[in-house]
Amino acid sequence: MKADQTLDCMGIYCPTPIIKTTTKIKDLKTGEILEVVSDDKRIRLDMPDWCRTTGHEFLGIEEQGEEIKVYIRKSHN
Amino acid sequence: MAKKEKLTIAVLSGDLERALAAFMLAVTGASMDMEVSMFFTFWGLNIVKKNEGTMKSKGLMKKMLNMMNRGGSKRLKLSRFNMLGLGTWMMKDLMKQANMPSIDEYIAMAKDMGVELIACTTTCGVMGISPEKDSFRSEVGSLAGAAYFLSEARKSGVTLFI
Repeated sequence: MKADQTLDCMGIYCPTPIIKTTTKIKDLKTGEILEVVSDDKRIRLDMPDWCRTTGHEFLGIEEQGEEIKVYIRKSHN
Repeated sequence: MAKKEKLTIAVLSGDLERALAAFMLAVTGASMDMEVSMFFTFWGLNIVKKNEGTMKSKGLMKKMLNMMNRGGSKRLKLSRFNMLGLGTWMMKDLMKQANMPSIDEYIAMAKDMGVELIACTTTCGVMGISPEKDSFRSEVGSLAGAAYFLSEARKSGVTLFI
């Protein structure tokens, strides 16, 4: 999936990726896609939950070996 | 957007691991769009006491209490396996290895994300602290009492006592 911006969360663990995502999403324009790259397996559950509560759109997960890539579309400011 | 959900945390303990847990939840709550208040009381006041300088207090008993219980985020200990500081030092090192933020970083993050930090006025007296903002680190926004905590708590979807 093509993303407008990428957030590197390799080697950091729950709940820091969520917090970093919250800060990072502010840099995007509404409609843009953020890619979060993580090696923390918990992110598979945390990110859809985070999207549900914050109202941003969860687009999906792609996994390549250790890397888990999560895609989020910013839905509002 | 819908009205924000509220999370209120009462922090009674000044143990390092409990302080960390409290801040992790506060910061995560804030990133999940919740309005978060943390209310520090009894030993929990140690977490938000100023790290530098001597604590100002009036009266012999309060002065003694402050000497024995100086507090400040840098002086927090584990509740178990402190082993004269060795255990705490080891845990802090393991946290660093796992790229986990320190308690000071968590406090700064909490402030940045709009978490409200409140020190309990009443227990300041019991713990030998003069109940003014000057006794606490700058991140502490206000001092308040039990009624304020309860009025926040009754509006909250989640209330925790740590």
